[in-house]
Amino acid sequence: MSKIRKPLDRRIIFLLVFIGVALPTMIKVGLPIETTENVEMVYDLVENTPEGSPVLFSFDYDPSTKPEIHPQATAVIKHALLKKHKIICMALWPMGVKMCEQIFTTLEEEGITPVYGEDWVNVGYKSGGAISLKALGKDFKKVFTQDTNGTMIDDIPTLQGIRNLQDFQYVMSFSAGVPGIKEWVQVGHDMYKTPVSGGVTAVSAPSIMPYVNEQKQLTGLLGGMKAAAEYEKLIGIPGTATQGMDAQSFAHLIIIILILIGNINYFHNKKVKAQEEAAR
Amino acid sequence: MKIKIPLLITLITGLIIIVSEFIPAQPFPKVSTNVETWVMVISGFAMLLGLLSLFKVNILKIKFKAPNWQYSIITLVSCLVMIILGFLWGTDKQVGLLGHGQSIQNVLGVKPFDYLFNNIYQHLAATMFALLAFFIASAAYRAFIGRTMESKLLLIAAIIVMLGRTSLGSWLTGFLPEASFFHLPNLAEFIMKYPNTAGQRAIMIGSGLGVIGSSLRILLGIERMWLGGK
Repeated sequence: MSKIRKPLDRRIIFLLVFIGVALPTMIKVGLPIETTENVEMVYDLVENTPEGSPVLFSFDYDPSTKPEIHPQATAVIKHALLKKHKIICMALWPMGVKMCEQIFTTLEEEGITPVYGEDWVNVGYKSGGAISLKALGKDFKKVFTQDTNGTMIDDIPTLQGIRNLQDFQYVMSFSAGVPGIKEWVQVGHDMYKTPVSGGVTAVSAPSIMPYVNEQKQLTGLLGGMKAAAEYEKLIGIPGTATQGMDAQSFAHLIIIILILIGNINYFHNKKVKAQEEAAR
Repeated sequence: MKIKIPLLITLITGLIIIVSEFIPAQPFPKVSTNVETWVMVISGFAMLLGLLSLFKVNILKIKFKAPNWQYSIITLVSCLVMIILGFLWGTDKQVGLLGHGQSIQNVLGVKPFDYLFNNIYQHLAATMFALLAFFIASAAYRAFIGRTMESKLLLIAAIIVMLGRTSLGSWLTGFLPEASFFHLPNLAEFIMKYPNTAGQRAIMIGSGLGVIGSSLRILLGIERMWLGGK
């Protein structure tokens, strides 16, 4: 009888991943969270921006990537509000408008109550991707004529004095694809010299990393839930990312164990096949 | 004529945009700004076109009872319900044709559109993305095998990054000083910052050159696929 090992049943793999993710959400493990250079760069950008500065937050994601990107955006917005920055929210993705609204609703529930129109404003979605950003660089008020409530831009105190992208102290793009952070780098930083930073999903972070360079095309980058947890640690306000890190860590551990099992089986089967062939 | 006019428009528009990047003198910046405004308007209409296309494809599927045509009914009904609710009572603070629907808000807590968005769409979308975790685990088990030297290197790098990018990495090598190169988060950061970035830059430069090449082909009318032809 052959000693060839059969691969693990898919259902067992799914069950293991489920347990790995579900258990740590119920039982708190509290693994340590260490901050990294990229996250510290984003933190420093917000921290060192003077009080009362207008800053632009672009919500370029939708609910599918919300678990990873939403905690990043929430943490950075909390920090910006603590620093009394005037937050202008916009979106290059239609669903991004709702993502921004949800963050401020959550903040209200937590007792943080920035005044709409003075501390923050939501100007909504704009189609056209990079072309819209180029137009924003020339004249902000031509691209956005009113906010999501229908109030004319000129009547909103937060937006007084804003003419184009160069009037913002920094741009934060929370991005799950195209259009997103890449377009912000190419237009916001490269054409209009406004510092750009932001967050992406962990899976797309490697492709955005080259923009974090000496020219500071990106001033730091938040990649995935880990970066959100690091940011929460830096501002000293634990949130959903800190809670989710245990689950993510265990899920990764299970995947690594599965890879090791797969490799052990492969080399075992290779050896058995070689022995069987030698015996013939 | 049907081919030549679109090609001519493309060539002229493309040349104006390219030239305006190099010559800041009027009339180029003004023309370029106008073209940008047109793009924003046209891209708004593209959404409408997409919606019409969605309806056309799904109605045809239902009409001819194509495989899984039942799902097309769900797609169309869901789409129509969201559009109608958005038009009638608006979303968030935006007013709809029938006002804010205060009586409905008293029951649901929020506007009907927001209720469906928060309680159905959002969770369905997050679930679809979350399913990746299961498929990635299964695929990694089957495919991540160190058959060759290259795949062994990839395997080692992947394990270091997977550990280093979670809290587990900090915990496993917690006995090492935080600044140590062999501390897993530092090792993962090194892999991401140098070998990964070098590879990504090479890909970016290659794809950038490809984009320039294909853009020129479109401008010069060599590439005509976008006209709907062969």
